[in-house]
Formats: sequence, structure tokens, C-alpha cells
Amino acid sequence: MISEKTDRIVYMDNNATTRVAPEVVEEMLPFFAEYYGNPSSMHTFGGQVGQKITEARQRIAALINASPEEIIFTSCGTESDSTAILSAVQSLSDKRHIVTTRVEHPAVKNLCESLYSISGHKHKVTQIPVDKYGMLDLEKYRDSLTDETAIVSVMWANNETGVIFPIKKMAAMARERGILFHTDAVQAVGKIPIDMTEVPVDFLSISGHKLHAPKGVGVLYVRKGTRFVPFLFGGHQEQGRRGGTENVASIIGMGRACELVAARMDDENTRVKALRDRLEEGLLQAVPRAILNGHKTERLPNTSNVSFEFVEGESILLHLDRFGVCASSGSACTSGSLEPSHVLRAMGVPFTAAHGSIRFSLSVYNTDQDVDYVLEHLPKIISDLRAMSPFWQETVTEKAE
Amino acid sequence: MWEYTDEVKEHFLNPKNVGEIENADAVGEVGSLACGDALKLTLKIDDTETIVDAKFKTFGCASAIASSSALTEMIKGMPLAEAEKVTNEDIANALGGLPKEKMHCSVMGREALEAAIADYRGVILPMAEGEVVCECFGVTDLEVKRAVKESNLTTVEEVTNFTKAGGGCGKCHDRLEELIQEVREESPTPAIPDQRPKRMTNIQKIKLIEDVLEKEVRPNLRKDGGDIELIDVDGDFVTVSLRGACGSCLKSQTTIKEYVEKKLREQVLDSLVVEEAKA
Repeated sequence: MISEKTDRIVYMDNNATTRVAPEVVEEMLPFFAEYYGNPSSMHTFGGQVGQKITEARQRIAALINASPEEIIFTSCGTESDSTAILSAVQSLSDKRHIVTTRVEHPAVKNLCESLYSISGHKHKVTQIPVDKYGMLDLEKYRDSLTDETAIVSVMWANNETGVIFPIKKMAAMARERGILFHTDAVQAVGKIPIDMTEVPVDFLSISGHKLHAPKGVGVLYVRKGTRFVPFLFGGHQEQGRRGGTENVASIIGMGRACELVAARMDDENTRVKALRDRLEEGLLQAVPRAILNGHKTERLPNTSNVSFEFVEGESILLHLDRFGVCASSGSACTSGSLEPSHVLRAMGVPFTAAHGSIRFSLSVYNTDQDVDYVLEHLPKIISDLRAMSPFWQETVTEKAE
Repeated sequence: MWEYTDEVKEHFLNPKNVGEIENADAVGEVGSLACGDALKLTLKIDDTETIVDAKFKTFGCASAIASSSALTEMIKGMPLAEAEKVTNEDIANALGGLPKEKMHCSVMGREALEAAIADYRGVILPMAEGEVVCECFGVTDLEVKRAVKESNLTTVEEVTNFTKAGGGCGKCHDRLEELIQEVREESPTPAIPDQRPKRMTNIQKIKLIEDVLEKEVRPNLRKDGGDIELIDVDGDFVTVSLRGACGSCLKSQTTIKEYVEKKLREQVLDSLVVEEAKA
């Protein structure tokens, strides 16, 4: 069947993590062995590191048009999400209701579902459903907001399908009711323009490694004037809002990465988007019974989620792996759980298709050749696997009858 | 990423016996699209009841495809009577092992083989007649109990790994717990694999002896109104004292040698000698 082994890597799994940009690495390197001072120290040696952190804070704030003092450094997107939601439920301890969606990342979904064990309070959680395109039901959202609601947490863009939610509108609806609004924007920041002066969002999570900075660094944006309870108590770092010595090199790297993605955002939304579209259309044309998951236009420019009916995602991924192609799947088998992706199930994607879903997520580092390469190999992989599938022939026969 | 053995990778990337035998003598179909894996096994069986050919079609992950391929390789040329005895462990072993979360793939192979043999013999498998416990994956109580018994499963998580039951909504977890318990009660002590540590310090040895006496020996003696007490351990010599009904029993020497000493040798150390304390 397949025998060749390749050294070529075609990386199309950028919603999982991204390559650290060489420019970012370069900016970080001096801060390991050379300028290793503690930014909180009184001496110049440490103080100069503090200045670089200030610069990083400014660069990150600039990417989303916020003020530097609204930026808190954390260890990851998940910490940012936890910090925001737990801050809200603690500062508004008399309100016991949270509104979120059925398609959130586990960082938010699992937190909301287990708040009782963390906060000791029983919170009612409303999960807004989505339609078959992965779009939220805004009527249901409006109806779900009550006087009891402490916070709304809705992702800016979905990690699996790339579908973008109308955050500006939704945040405004929450603001009208005096409800705090958090958005997990780890997939959106750096891929689409975001301007914090235009959206009434109170908390926004960013992750470094989704935008070509290293893993282990994140940001929580907290709008000026928002009541805040820290998640990590400790020293006076981050103005007492997040204890713990700063992850200096990574923070500096993230600052540089934010500058780079700002400069490359046009490329992302034109060239990368065109690559994505060519890949997607090529697959939908070359492979019968392939289906696009998610809204066609209200979507991140880099993400494509396609289901190949009657084959299983893990098998597809492992065959792609032989060719050095990196992607993800919403199939049950890849996650270790037995059920396919909660996002695809929330969209009502039938099991025949959910198990065979593959997510491609591109970046500015992808090329035309990468797309050609996947288009060259994937259709054959699917037809080989289908030849092995007991359902495929039945389907073909049924159609013939 | 899953840690697959080279055997799994080989069977997945270059599967053997893919396809469907025309006019097959036996067909076994298990699984469904909803479950995420399914297997259709077709067999050619000759007059001497030997499987002369086997082919499969599988929808599923790498380990499902590899399990199917390994199964067909294993049973080709096998008399039916022997094939009936193939277990899921045999399939997993042929693959050099499977990740524990993927054991259900080997179970699927065994089930397809059973279904095919039942089809050949024209009988209905009792498994399908049980009561469905796990609605998400359509697993019956009989299937769960069988897996618990055959693979010595002790937790709900293990049951899920082997049968998928409980891997969806989780509503059946309490019922699965009950089923595990029922099997335990039906077969009190399944053969325990040798877990004896190779080298022990004196303290460890004494602790283990105490443990075996407490958990295994004492409950059985108590059933007959007796009891046992550990007096001393000196090298390989274990001194105990029988109490209650055992103390006055004429067969107390037999109890000590045939039962207590045997248990301790099995579970602690081969060289142990058990003696009764002299009054």
C-alpha cells in the first residue's frame, strides 16, 4: 500500500501549535544565559530585563489596541481562561449563573462544568447551542442572560472549525445587562484584526504558542476598571495581579511575535486564505462524499475542517504522517475518548462524518507546494481506506440500486 | 500520539487479507459507524471444519485495522475447534500489545470471529440476548460480565477500555460497577498472576506474610469457626498459632501444611516453612 518514508514536513496543524518564528527565537536568546537578571531586582542588571518586559507588554497591547496596563502575563491560554472566569465568580459571589457555549475549548468547558468543586458554589451553566454551520443561536443567547448571570465566556473563534463568533454584538448585549464578558481569543488573535476599543469585552485570553511565540506563555487582557481577583497569589509581579517570577524570555518572545503577526496579518488574510481555499476546494472536488464542517465565510482564514465519510480520522492521520503531513482529527480514536469531537456533535454532524473529520490549519509558513503535496496524496489515502471499509461498498451499492 | 508497536504499524500500513470472500461459508459483522469502528469478517471453511481462508473489511483506527489483519493471519489454516478458543488477548499479543485504551479493538476481532463461527453453525450468540447496559455503544450486561471475567477487569475504566461500555455519557457507570461486583462474587478468587517481588527485605517479607494471612487465610478459617495468628518469622520459618475451632481440630497439621504453607509459598516465597507454635 504505502511504502515510502519521507523527511519532508508539511505542517498544517497551526491551531494546535505554531512554529516559533526565527525572529522570535533571536530576540529571546540573550535572555537565558546573558541577561538572566530578575526583572524585579533593584540593580541595573535586572532592571534592564524589566524594561524589555515593559516593551513586550506594549507590543502585545498594540496588537489588540489596548493599554499596556491591561495586559497580564500568564503561563498559557488555559490559565488566562481560569483566571478570568474564577475572578468573576469570586468578585460577584452572589451571582450563580454562567453563560457559555456548547463548542468551547476544554479550558473553559471543563472549568465551567466543575466550578462547584473549585469555588464551593453551585453555578448554573447555560451552554448556547450552535446550528449545523457552527454558528451560535443569538436569540437563545439573549434569552439566557439573567440578573443572576455573573459572566459570559464565549470563544472568539472555534479551534476545530475556525468559525468566528459575533463577539462585538454579544459583548454589547452582556454589557447592557451589566454582565461581565470573557472571550477565549487564542485562535483569533494574530489571525484577524482585533481592536479592544471597539468591543466591550472585559477579559480576553491570548496564548503565545498559537501565534509563533513559544509554549508556556499567555496573556489575560483585563479591561481597566474591571474588578479582579488573582488566580495565583504571590509576589507583586504584574501589579499584584499574578504572582510568580516572569517567564522572561518567553514574554519577550511573545512581544516580538505580536509585532510579527501584526505585520503579516494581510498575508494571512490573503495568501494563506487562498492556500486554504485551494486545499479545501481541491479536496472536496477530488474526494467523493467529503463535507466541509463549519461556516464557509464566517471563518478564520487558516482553518479548514473536512469530513471524509466512512473512514476513520486516526487512520487518515497516520497515513498522512507517513508523508510528513501534520493535521488533526475530531475522531474519537485520536482523543482517547470514545466519542467524536463535542464541537462536531454540537453541530449535528452525523457519526458517519464526525469520525472521519480532518482539520487543516495553515500559517504564513505554508506554501503552494504544501497544498499541492497534500492534494497529491490525500485522495489516494481516502480511497485506499474506503476500499477497506465495510460501509463504503454498501453505500455505493445502495446508491446504484 | 499513540504508542503503537512495530507489529501494529506493520499490520496497519500493510494489512493482510483485506476484502470479502465471495460465497463465504461464514460471515461475522460487529460494530457500527456510530461506535467508530466496525469489522466484517468472511471465512471459507472446508469439509474438515478448517478455516482455509479469511478476509476482513474494517472501519476504524489503526489498532482496529491491525487487529483485524492479525486475526485473519492467525486463523487461516486453523481448525474451527481451535479458532473458537482464540481470545482477544491472543490478538493483542500477536500485535506485541495494544495501548490499554485500545483493547476494545482486539475484543472486536474476537467478537467478529465468534459471530462468524456462530453464523457457520447456525446458532444465535447468547451475548446479543443480554440486557443493554451501555446505550451509547449498545453493550449488553453479558458482554460486560464476560470481559470482566476473562480479562480480570476490576474498574469501570478498564471495562470501558475493553468493551467501550461507559465511554459515552457515563450514565451506566453505577451499573457497570455492580456487574463487576457480581462477577467477583460469582468467582471469588480468579487466578492472580505472580506478583511476588523478587527480592525482599525481612520487613517486606513479614509484611507480605501478614497480608496474605489477613486477607486470604483468616477469612477462610473463620468460616469454619477458626482463626490464625502470626507468632514469629525467623528466616524462612514462619510460626503461627491456630485458634478457635482450628486449635482443637485434629486436622490442624494438614491445615497448616496443605493450606497455610501452600498459600504463603504461592504468594510470598517458595522456600517458606510454616510451623505451629508449641504450646
